[in-house]
Amino acid sequence: MLLFNSFIFCGFICMISQIILDNSKLTPGHITSILVVLGAFLDSFSIYDQIIKVVGGGAMVPITSFGHSLIHGALAKANQYGIVGILMGMFDLTATGITAAIIFSFVFAVIFRPKN
Amino acid sequence: MKNSKYEKIADRHKAEENRGKNAIIAFIVGGLIGMLGEGIIEIICHYSHISRTEASTYMIMILIFIASLSTALGFFDKLVTKFKCGILIPITGFAHSMTSAALDYRKEGPIYGLGSNIFKLAGSVILYGVVSAWFFGMIRFLIGGGS
Repeated sequence: MLLFNSFIFCGFICMISQIILDNSKLTPGHITSILVVLGAFLDSFSIYDQIIKVVGGGAMVPITSFGHSLIHGALAKANQYGIVGILMGMFDLTATGITAAIIFSFVFAVIFRPKN
Repeated sequence: MKNSKYEKIADRHKAEENRGKNAIIAFIVGGLIGMLGEGIIEIICHYSHISRTEASTYMIMILIFIASLSTALGFFDKLVTKFKCGILIPITGFAHSMTSAALDYRKEGPIYGLGSNIFKLAGSVILYGVVSAWFFGMIRFLIGGGS
């Protein structure tokens, strides 16, 4: 069931952004930025947590989950250390994604040559 | 010729894009990637005793690795022209933007080429993500007192 929900949710977000891309002058860069802000906004009222419970891994895959993980880690640290925890915990959960992307892209850029 | 007139004529001769078809392709491809993510989590949970949260971390790492490798090998760009948002909106698009920037600017040197341009495309995602998460987090903390 989670597999089906993942398909519907992830596909729905991609479809919405494709429709926005085709019918406006926004670039993919604009749309991904908007989706990240949307993910952070949804998680500030714990709505995204409910979505993850229903959808499972499909909600972790779109870029909206990046905004969700940023604010989620920040609030978890804020519970422990007060208001300064928002700055301390900002990258707690997204560290894996960012670090992996940096390391893989650096290594592949050193090994491979651009194919043009 | 006036600019507005020129734009009108250019609009008329623009290649007709099939928007409905694009949306359906994005839906199916995006959905399949989401399903792949959930599938990887379930496989990891099935064959080892780690928790779902940890498994989703591994899942994101695997997807980023696949996207970076296929960008470096040169066939990710072809997939982007075919599937468009279906493949750019999942985390694969984030990895693709970083790897393609790294590959493109490598020849300009390790510091001012690779180093300063690797976040050229992915930087906006991180910037607006952090700023909005800080803003909403402050509001949530001041009103609701944390999560």
